[in-house]
Amino acid sequence: MSGPTPVHLLTGFLGSGKTTLLRRMLADPAMAGAAVLVNEFGEIGLDHELLERVDDTVVLLKSGCLCCTVRGELAEALLTLHSRRARGEVPFFDRVAIETTGMADPYPALSTIRSHPVLRSHYRNAGVVTTVDAVNAPGLLDTRLEALRQIGAADLLVLTKTDLAPPGRVADLVARLAAVNPSARVLTAPEATAEDFLAEAGDTPAAPADALPHHRDGNFRAETPVTSFSLEIEEPVDWTGFGLWLTMLLDRHGENVFRVKGILNLQDEERPVAVHGVQRLVHSPVHLERWPDGRRASRLVFIVHGLDHARIEASFRAFDAMSRRVTARGSVA
Amino acid sequence: MCSLCGVLGCDDHWTSAVARPGVYTRNTDRIARRREAARRLAVANALLSTRRLRLSEWQGQSYVLASPTGNTQVFDALSHLWSEAGALAGRPFDPLDPEFIASVEAIR
Repeated sequence: MSGPTPVHLLTGFLGSGKTTLLRRMLADPAMAGAAVLVNEFGEIGLDHELLERVDDTVVLLKSGCLCCTVRGELAEALLTLHSRRARGEVPFFDRVAIETTGMADPYPALSTIRSHPVLRSHYRNAGVVTTVDAVNAPGLLDTRLEALRQIGAADLLVLTKTDLAPPGRVADLVARLAAVNPSARVLTAPEATAEDFLAEAGDTPAAPADALPHHRDGNFRAETPVTSFSLEIEEPVDWTGFGLWLTMLLDRHGENVFRVKGILNLQDEERPVAVHGVQRLVHSPVHLERWPDGRRASRLVFIVHGLDHARIEASFRAFDAMSRRVTARGSVA
Repeated sequence: MCSLCGVLGCDDHWTSAVARPGVYTRNTDRIARRREAARRLAVANALLSTRRLRLSEWQGQSYVLASPTGNTQVFDALSHLWSEAGALAGRPFDPLDPEFIASVEAIR
């Protein structure tokens, strides 16, 4: 097979219906070639040899850099699967679905796949699906930061138990989810198909364009507000300055930047470039074919925890302008 | 790995992604890679100069960060830059600190 195997991460709070969704997805022919890792004892009766159990071993690599937080056993399980596939000891698989525990922050798993020196050559993060329980989520959004991290990291939010919740409550929840993570698609569980589940994060990078044109805040807890906002910049952005800025922002505040997603109008580039990241992890930027609505402007959506929007924007602009000045002064040939 | 000196690893930071279909990168060829590396070094040094630090590349494989008193740190990926720089400077580089934003605006 060519290229790294895509890994789809399924997360969601305790009892939010992850296993039910996964079981249904696995029944779809599109998922026939998927290996599955469950990091708690799953109830799915997987009768092939691909089921591995993953515990919460956390290993910090040299320099203690948080972006290198590695879940040892997850890495081990993925590497074992890879070797056994190569040796023909397990049925061939063309993708992997990982179901995390209900309390898990998805970031360490994403980071492991992206940063592990061997894993990163064989696997790639394809997307995060988060189940949201329509009955219990409203309360969780007020009290559990883990739930917000899971929602913030999602490319697709699947609402479960919508038949048990009053319609008004579902509509209210959808509005709140859009405020926390405007870049994610929202579907109810019956609507969600394997195709949606397998959609790659890079397939929908234009989300910010139809999400929200300007600042829209979703305040959840007065003492620690999780808010989302979008930054729109008309003039072309300097890639070098942007890279150093985002790297510094995530180094210092990564645990409070639940999500960055958007498209950039880069200097000397005809086509838009999509970037997206979860906490300290930034995926490889992707070239898009065309501007989503024909409008050539950078649009970035941030989901942050207790960070000042205006200051993020001021900082972004200061770095961008500085980078241009430094490049223009001729110190670089 | 560098075949001459055996240094392991390389900078696979997202800003310097390996050229492959669909992925945006400025690493399309050797000259483009060197040009972007030089540009990044210049801009990083402008930021680091606010704390009197200096970054240089070592054989295109690693980065060497030096303080005015001669302390140095070697690391192989840009993702370590700001944590190493903060440690060497004695306080973190915070892009949301108004004072730091002002000093970035003052860089000419």
